Amino acid sequence: MGRFHFGVVIFPGSNCDYDAYHVVRHVLRQTADFVWHQDTDLTGLDVLILPGGFSYGDYLRTGAMARFSPVVQAVPDFVARGGVVLGICNGFQILLEAGLLPGAMLPNKGLAFICDDVYIRPLRYDTPFTCAIPPGRVLRVPIAHYEGQYFAPARTLRRIRQRGQVVFQYCDPSGRVRPSANPNGSRGAIAGLMDETGRILGMMPHPERASEAILGSTDGRWIFESIVTYLERQAATRAVA
Amino acid sequence: MITPDVVLAHNLTLEEYDRIVQLLGRAPNLVELGMFSALWSEHCSYKSSKVHLRRFPTEAPWVVQGPGENAGVIDIGHGLTAVFKIESHNHPSFVEPFQGAATGVGGILRDVFAMGARPIALMDALRFGPLDVVRNRLIMHGVVAGIAHYGNCVGVPTVGGDVYFEPCYSTNPLVNVFCLGIAPRDRLHFARARHPGRSILYVGSETGRDGIHGANILASRAFDETAEAKRPSVQIGDPFMEKILMEACLEIMQAGLVEAIQDMGAAGLTSSAAEMAARGGCGVVLFLDRVPLREPGLTPYEIMLSESQERMLLILKEGAEAAAEAILRRWGVAFAVVGRLTDDGRLRLRWQGEWVADVPVAALVSGHPVYDRPQTPYTPPRVETIPWEEPSDLNDVVRTWILSEDFASRRWIYRQYDHMVQINTVRRPGHDAAVLRVKGTPVALAMTLDGNGRLCYVDPFVGGLMAVAEAARNVTAVGARPMALTDCLNFGSPENPPVMWQFRQVIEGMREACLALGVPVVSGNVSFYNETEGRPVYPTPVVGMVGLIEDMDAFPIPIAHWTHPGDAVYLVGRIAPVLTGSTWARQHGVLNLGPLPFDIQYEVRFQAALRQAIRRGWLHTVHDVSDGGLLWTLVEASLLGDGDLGWDLTLDPPAGRLDAFLCSEIASAAVVALPEAHRRAFEMAMDQAGIEARYLGRVTDDGRLRLRVGRTTLLRLAVRPWRRRWLRALEDRLRLDTVVYAR
Repeated sequence: MGRFHFGVVIFPGSNCDYDAYHVVRHVLRQTADFVWHQDTDLTGLDVLILPGGFSYGDYLRTGAMARFSPVVQAVPDFVARGGVVLGICNGFQILLEAGLLPGAMLPNKGLAFICDDVYIRPLRYDTPFTCAIPPGRVLRVPIAHYEGQYFAPARTLRRIRQRGQVVFQYCDPSGRVRPSANPNGSRGAIAGLMDETGRILGMMPHPERASEAILGSTDGRWIFESIVTYLERQAATRAVA
Repeated sequence: MITPDVVLAHNLTLEEYDRIVQLLGRAPNLVELGMFSALWSEHCSYKSSKVHLRRFPTEAPWVVQGPGENAGVIDIGHGLTAVFKIESHNHPSFVEPFQGAATGVGGILRDVFAMGARPIALMDALRFGPLDVVRNRLIMHGVVAGIAHYGNCVGVPTVGGDVYFEPCYSTNPLVNVFCLGIAPRDRLHFARARHPGRSILYVGSETGRDGIHGANILASRAFDETAEAKRPSVQIGDPFMEKILMEACLEIMQAGLVEAIQDMGAAGLTSSAAEMAARGGCGVVLFLDRVPLREPGLTPYEIMLSESQERMLLILKEGAEAAAEAILRRWGVAFAVVGRLTDDGRLRLRWQGEWVADVPVAALVSGHPVYDRPQTPYTPPRVETIPWEEPSDLNDVVRTWILSEDFASRRWIYRQYDHMVQINTVRRPGHDAAVLRVKGTPVALAMTLDGNGRLCYVDPFVGGLMAVAEAARNVTAVGARPMALTDCLNFGSPENPPVMWQFRQVIEGMREACLALGVPVVSGNVSFYNETEGRPVYPTPVVGMVGLIEDMDAFPIPIAHWTHPGDAVYLVGRIAPVLTGSTWARQHGVLNLGPLPFDIQYEVRFQAALRQAIRRGWLHTVHDVSDGGLLWTLVEASLLGDGDLGWDLTLDPPAGRLDAFLCSEIASAAVVALPEAHRRAFEMAMDQAGIEARYLGRVTDDGRLRLRVGRTTLLRLAVRPWRRRWLRALEDRLRLDTVVYAR
C-alpha cells in the first residue's frame, strides 16, 4: 500500500464512500480505511474525506445533522495537527453547516437535481488540492446534487476572494467563467472553497467520478494527486528539518 | 360477519370465498379473509397469468435462479452473479405520482438486496399520456421527481430506461422499475425458511396504516371514477431508511447470519412470512404485539395487510440473534423478534393473548384458483392503402420530430437521476444500452429496457417478438452477448377476452424470440387491470435485457453517435418497408397498414454478425434502427454527440414509397460508422454472414446533415442549433406555466 493514509467517513446515508475509497486505494494506490461517523480518533490519518451522499437522510437541511456527528466535531483538531480534509458534495455541505467553511448552500437555480459533467478551473496552484494540476488546465468533472448553489453575503464573498479561499470556479470548456457555464447559480461561480488554514477544501463536483479513463475523464485525479504531492513535500520538508 | 358484500369488497369472488371455506373446513374470520384476499389477489397469486407464463423458456447453463424467487440470477464469471428483476408500480403512480414512483424504486431494490446482492443499477420504463394534456405533465413531473428522490438518496445509479407517450396511458400511466445487483455466487440468499424453531426477525420501519389493500384493491382492479379516493392505499417512501436498511441487511447476510430473507412488499407481513414458510415447507407463529407500530391501536388485520415501506423479514440461523442485533444497532435500524418457524405448516397469529388467525400456509400461498380465462382475437381496423401523400422533402418531418415528445432528448429526465454514483457507469443514459463495469473483474454488463406497446397493439405476437429482439439488439449494439431477461407485462383486465388474447400472443411472441436468441426469462412481473372505465392500455411488455461483455479491454465499446469525421456510414441489416405501428403512421392517425413482417431467424444472424464486427474492433459507431426508422436513427446519431459531426449520405431510390423505407420501425438493422481501413474486412465479413451492408456516405465535420435520394436533396439540417432545441424540447413540452388550451 501507499505511504499516505486516507480515511473515508461513513455517515448513515453516505453513498459515495465506496467510490472515494476505490479511487484512493485502487487508483492512487494509497492506504485507505473507512471511518465510522461515531469515531473521534483520527490518529494516524493524513487525509480525511467527507464523501457525497445524503447523511442522515439530509431531512432537515443538507449536512445539518451530520455537523453534530462525533467525527465532524473532531475535524478542527485533526486539521490543527496538520491533517488535510476534502469534503465532496454532501461533504462540502457538511463543512458549511459545521462552520468550518463560510457560506451556505441553496437549491440549484433550476430547482432540480442535476447529474452532468461540468467544467471547473483552479484559481491557484499552491494549495494541497491543486498543486499537481497542470497550470491552465480546465477540469471536466461531474456534479450530482440538488442543493449546490453556493451562497454567501457580499462581505463574505469579498473576504474569501481577498484571502484566496476560492479554489475552483465553474467555467466553460475553454476556461471562461460565464453565467451559462454555472450549472446551479453559485455566487461567484464558486465550485470549491478552502478554509483559512488552506487544509480544508469543500467542492461540489465529484473528482472521484472522473479519475479513471473508462468513466470518461481522468481530470478529477489531479485533485487527489495534488493531495499526495502536497503530503510528499511536507514529508520531505520534515525530513530536511 | 363475513357477508357476500364483505367478500366482494375484498376483491374476491364468491366462488373463491367458497374455496377458502373448503380449504379451511370453516368460515374464515376477517383477519384470515384479509390475508387470503391479499395473497389470492391477481398481483400476488398470478392466478390469471400462471398458465401462460409457463410458456417462457427459463433455463440456460448460466442461469443460477429462474422465476419464483425475489429476483432472477445469472452467473457472470469470476465467482460473481448478476441478480435482477423488474416490477411495475403503475396504479400508485397515477394516484400519487411522486410517492407511487418513489416506492416502486424502493420495492425493487429490496427484492434485489434480499438475494444478498448489492444493487448497482436502476432503470425505468415510463409510459404517459401526451403532454398536450396538463395532467399528463403533472404526472410525469411527479414520477420523474419521485424516482430521482428515492434512487439518488439510496445511492444506486439510474442508468437507463425508455419513455413513450400515447393517449391510452393518460388515465393509466406505466412506471416499471428494473434493478440489477451483484452478489458473489456463494453468498446468494434465498427466501426459503426450512428449519422449524428459528426466530423470525422484523427489520426496518414501523408498521403503519399506509398501503393497506395495495395488492388486492389498488393493483388488482381497474380504475374507475374513484381513483382519487384510493390515495390512502399508496405507501410513503423513506429512502434514507432504505439505505441504512440495505447496508445493515447486506452486512448481516455477509456475516452468514441469515437463513432466509424477504422484503415485506405487496401484502406486507402476510406475504413475506407465508411465502418464505411455504417455499421451505414450514409453519409460522407471529406474535403481533411485538410488531413495531408507528401508532398504537392497529388491529391484527391492519398489521398483517399494511404495506408500509422499508421493512424486511429475516429468518436467522441458529444462535445468530446477538450478532445480527449488534449490526442493526450500529446502523440505527429498528428490529424485533416477532415470531418463529414451526413444523405444523400453519400460519398462526397471536394478539393480546388470543389466537386471531390459524390457516394452512399452503392454502394461503398456493390454494388460489388458477384461471385459463377466455380469449378473443382483436386487431385494430386495417387501412388498405397509405392515406397520406409521400413527403416531398424531409426537413419539416425531422424538425417536427426534434421538437416532439416522441423524439426529444431524454436529458431532462436522466439529468435528474444520479446515473454515475458507484462509479461503474461506462456508457451513460441516452444511448442504445447502458454499460456498467464490474469492479475487480474485466467484465462489463450491458442493460436496456424496451417495449413498444403500439406494435403489440397492432400485432401482439410480432410485438412480443420484436420487444425481445430489440432489447437483445440494443445490448448487442455495445458488443455484449444477451444473457437473460426480466419482463414486466402491463395489460388491461384479464377478464376482458381480447386483453387475455393479447397477453397470450405477446407471451408466444416473446417465447419464440427467447428460443431463437437463446435468452431465458429469469424473473418478471405481471401487471393486469391497467385500464380505466373499460379502456385498457396498449398491451405493453417491457423487456429488461442483460448482456455480458466478458472482457472490456478486448475491444473498444462502440457508441451511438459519430466520433470520427471521415468514417464510412453503413446501413447493416434489413428494413421492411412497412409503416404499420410506426410513429410516422400514428402522426397521420393510422396504425394498422397491414401485417408486420419480422424474421427472427434473420435477426439472430444479424446480431451475431454485428457483435462479431464490434468485437473485432472495426466499428466506432453503432446505433440500432427502431423508433422513427432509419431517418431518425441517422439524425439522432448526430444529435447524441456534442460536436460538429454531421453526414453527407446518398440513398438509391427504394422500390416503393420512400417514407415507408425511411420511417419503418420494422427492422433488423443498425447504422454503423467505421474508418476506411476496416471497410473491406467489414464488407467481406457481412457478406459471408449473409447480412446486407449498404454504404450510405461519410461522417462530416461541417456540422450539417445532408441526405440525397438519387439526385434530389431531401434533407438539410444544421446540427448545432437543432441539437440545442432537441435537448430542451422535452423540458419545453413539460412546462407548467404555459398552459395551452385546446381550441
